[in-house]
This record gives sequence, C-alpha cells and structure tokens, in this order.
Amino acid sequence: MGPAEAAQPLVHVEDVSKHFGEGETRVDALRSVTLNVFPGQVVALLGPSGSGKTTLLNVIGCILEPSSGRIALDGEVVYDNRWLRSDLRRLRLEKIGFIFQTHNLLPFLDNTENVAVVLHLAGFDASAARKRSVELLDYLEVGHRKHAMPAQLSGGEAQRVAIARALANRPRIILADEPTAALDSHRAGIVMDLLRKVAVDQNAAIIAVTHDEKIFDRFDHIFTLRDGALASAQTAG
Amino acid sequence: MNLAIRDIRHNLGRFLLTCVGLSLLLGVVMSMIGIYRGLVAEALTLVRSPAVDLWVVEAETRGPFAEASRIPGDTREAVARIAGVLDAGSVTYQSIDAERLGRKLRFYLIGYELGRPGGPSQIVEGRGIARGRHELVAERSTGLKLGDHMRLGRENFTVVGLTSGQVSSGGDPLVYVTLRDSQKLQFDLSPPAARRELARGSGAASSDIVNAVVARTSPNVPVASIAEAVRRWKHLGALTQVEQETILSRSVIERARRQIGLFTTILLTVSTVIIALIIYTLTMDKLKYIATLKLIGAPDRTIVGLIVQQALAMGAIGFTIGAVLINLAKDAFPRRVLLLPEDAATLGIIVLIVCVVASGLGVRMALKVEPAAALGG
Repeated sequence: MGPAEAAQPLVHVEDVSKHFGEGETRVDALRSVTLNVFPGQVVALLGPSGSGKTTLLNVIGCILEPSSGRIALDGEVVYDNRWLRSDLRRLRLEKIGFIFQTHNLLPFLDNTENVAVVLHLAGFDASAARKRSVELLDYLEVGHRKHAMPAQLSGGEAQRVAIARALANRPRIILADEPTAALDSHRAGIVMDLLRKVAVDQNAAIIAVTHDEKIFDRFDHIFTLRDGALASAQTAG
Repeated sequence: MNLAIRDIRHNLGRFLLTCVGLSLLLGVVMSMIGIYRGLVAEALTLVRSPAVDLWVVEAETRGPFAEASRIPGDTREAVARIAGVLDAGSVTYQSIDAERLGRKLRFYLIGYELGRPGGPSQIVEGRGIARGRHELVAERSTGLKLGDHMRLGRENFTVVGLTSGQVSSGGDPLVYVTLRDSQKLQFDLSPPAARRELARGSGAASSDIVNAVVARTSPNVPVASIAEAVRRWKHLGALTQVEQETILSRSVIERARRQIGLFTTILLTVSTVIIALIIYTLTMDKLKYIATLKLIGAPDRTIVGLIVQQALAMGAIGFTIGAVLINLAKDAFPRRVLLLPEDAATLGIIVLIVCVVASGLGVRMALKVEPAAALGG
C-alpha cells in the first residue's frame, strides 16, 4: 500500500455489475467489478473492444445506471443498488470532469468561454468564471490562445483546453475517454504529463480508458477488463 | 453566457441566409394580408367617397354595385323633399375600357351633379369640375395629367383635376364627369341605333336615367325611417350606408377574403414546416455538442433554451426583414397593399408561436440525446 492508498478512495466501485437485455439476448457488460482509485493517482482502463471499459467509465461517470453494486465518489455513496441522488447532472457538474477522445469543445465558443461554460452552469458570475478560466488556460500553458476559437487550435492545444474545461469546477475525479487517441506520441506524452500534474497538484483521481501502448508507463495502475470482469490490476510505471 | 447567440454568431452567414429565405416567405404572407386589407379599403373607398347616409336604388335590387340599378333621373327631387334629407344627388356608375395613346385604359366612371353629393371627396391637384360639359377629374393612377384630353364616346374631355387613392372594388381608378355627360355615355344610343328605334316606332328613349340617388340626412332623423319612407314608392329601394358597406363587404369581398385567408393559412403552415425542418437540421448538426453539454452537467432548460431561442431569433429576424421588404415593395403591386400595424403585430405574434411550435421537433430530439453520446470518437 503506497501513501495514496492510505487515504480514502476518491472512486470506490464495489461489486458493480451491468447487463443489457434479458433472457437469450442478455449481455453482461460488467461482472462484479471492484476497484478503488485514490487521490493523486492516474489509472488506466485497458481491455479489448467489448470488454466493458467504456461501460465502466459511464457507470463511474453517472451516465449509465448499473444493474447492481455500490459506488462512492469523493466519499459520498451515490449508488447502492439504486441511485441515491436524483439530480445526476448536478452530481456530474460538482464531482466529475470529463475529457474526450476528440476534445468536444463547443465550436461556437472561444477557448475561454469553453472553460467558463462549466462555471456558468455551476452558478459562477461572468467575471469570476472568466478569471478562473483564464487562470486554468495559463496553468495548462494555452493562455496565449484564450481568445482563439477551437477550430484554430492544434490537436494538442485543443486537448489542453478540454482538460482546462474538465478542471474548471475543481472536480476531484476526472474521467478521460482515450484522451490521447487523436494525438501523436509527442503530444500524447505532453497531455499525460499534464494529467499527472493535475492529479498531483489538485489531489485528484484520473481514470482514463486507453489503447495507447506508448503511454502505459505514465499510469500508476492499469486495470485490465476482459468480458466485463476485472482480469488484472497491476501497478505500472 | 447565451449559447444561442454564440452559436448564431459562429454560423452568422448561414443563419442570416436562412432568415432571408424565411423573410421572403413571411413577406408573401404579409403581402397577402396587405392585399386583402387593400381590397377591403378599395371596395369601401368607392362607397364611402360620397360621404352619404342613404342610397336610393331600383326596387328589389342591391344596387348599384352588387346589382344593376336604374331609376328615373327625377327621383332626386322626390328624395330631397323627404323630411330629414339634407341634400341628395343623382349618380351613375359604369366601367369603361378606353384607348389612349395606343394603350388600353380601364377605369370606373362616375357621373354626378355638380354641387351635390356623389362627386370626388378630395382633389389633390387642379380643380373640381366647373363647367357643365366635357371636363373630368381622374385618379392619378390612370396616368392622366392636368390638361390632357381624352375621347370618351363621341366627345373629347379635358382633365381638370386629379384625385389620389380613389379606386373601385375591382381596383380600377375612379374618373368623375358630370351626370349629363355620363348619362350620354351610358344611355344614349349611337345615331344608327337611334334611327332604327325611331323606325320601329318606339320613339326617342329617355336618357334621364341614373343608377342611384345618394342622400345626406339630418342627424336628428333616423336613417332607417327615411329609408322606410323611400320604400313606400314601389319602384324604389333604399339602403343605409351601413347596409351598402355590408353588401360590398359580403358580396364583393367575402370570396376574396376566404381565398386569401386560405392561402395565408397554407403559407403559414408551409412556414411552420420549413422552420421546423431548419431547426431540426440545425439541432442535428449540434447533437454531439448537446450531448457534451448534458455530460458536463447542463440542465434541460439550457438545451431547450439554445434551440428555442434560435428558432425565435430566426422568426423575429425573418419577420423584420420580410416586413421591411414588403414595405419597400408594396407600391410596385398593381393593386393596393395596405399594411396595418395591428396586422403586423398579430402576424409577429403568430410567427413567434409558430417558431416555438416548430422548434418542438428539434427540442424533442435534443432531449432524447444521451450524455454518453459525447464519448467515443
């Protein structure tokens, strides 16, 4: 047990299962998955296509309801065989930041506004939202592009803005869906270094679905899924 | 942060082009309403122009506009003697197709007695008819100018005055001549026909016939009682001004009103479908971003607001451009297009309601999008 494991897990998934359909058409997407992710950790979800990685990410992200199990996020039990919070969008807004395979920045907002939109949704006033957004863009070294539109950015810059958006509301859990898939190995390395920096600086837990072998060594733990079940959990790096 | 405005600004060219397309459609809707209003105004211009209270016509007819009416020329003296009648005048009405400078000129000729009701309500240029014969006052849209000469029947007439906005229910400009001139034009036979009539032994037919007698009445005497007094003469009928306007509205305008009303409804339905399709397509283009907004915690009202505000903006801009276009183009229409502020306001409200209804399809699709759709490539 490392120093991180001594703390309370930010993400606690316990005996979570998820199936689609019933009878002959039943598909078990997750089978009794249990895992913990602690503050400051950057972990990967690996596995072949159809192994349940994205389903697990959706379940942790409160996008998809599990069939059974228990989930606690940042110390709050949010699912115990049923959702314990009625407003899951608010829950996501408060606790979780999302980073996508393609940055998914809103093309009609400039970079600062793309970050600020999360803060507006959280109830920040316009000037506070703008100030925090600019700070985040500076922190992620894209402050010089704060007035640019997403279409004017390189892939690496766009992904940094997306990370800034994910961090805007100071979530302690960040879920990333193949965050480096659209980047070359150099930029992928930079993005992973940034995620590592975020995890350490903000004491956050980062869970990333990835197939990208060139960044495996950047993770603290790698959870491998096969046929919906956790096949292995290994310490990397 | 208003996402709808930001999105519009991002795709400004496409949005404005769509608005212009919509504005043309709404411009047609406005022109249809304006044409209908113009039709009503034109129809009632003719009947309101003499500013009278009573129309004496041939018995059992709804003349002189909805049906033909012929009464003796001396009826005016009889009507003028009825208690409560302040002033009365004989009038004739006929449509004329004349040739002038090689061009066809269609107008509605009114014959009236000088100094009595039935003449032009306002002269905008020149003067009224002063001489008993061969002068006319014409509406400007005839193209006639002061001092112009025009041949009507076997006589030459001189234009001495011009009016404006005076047209018949058919949209033909009004031309005024004296009663005597109009009677000669309407009732005199050509010399060969007159000779034939004499040869038949029928004698010279009287041309002292008028289509109606119009009368102004005292405010102290009910018009209905005067009309009743007129109807006691079995060969005469009487219509109050209100009845005359109702006849014109119902018999002349009603069918046009239904036709235009139906066409306007069809156009509004087409507009609704087009707005719905545009909003649906715009929403389709944004599905991934809507899913992203949902994933990062945007409530439904933010998503609905994005779509409905764009639909409303499209309707408002389309309506405004359409209104400007139709105001600029209305004078180029061959018939009067009358745009009333209250009609524009009503249509504006209808367009906004149509926009909200039309955005329903896009809103429904957006609300069905799962946040998980934001994940993946």
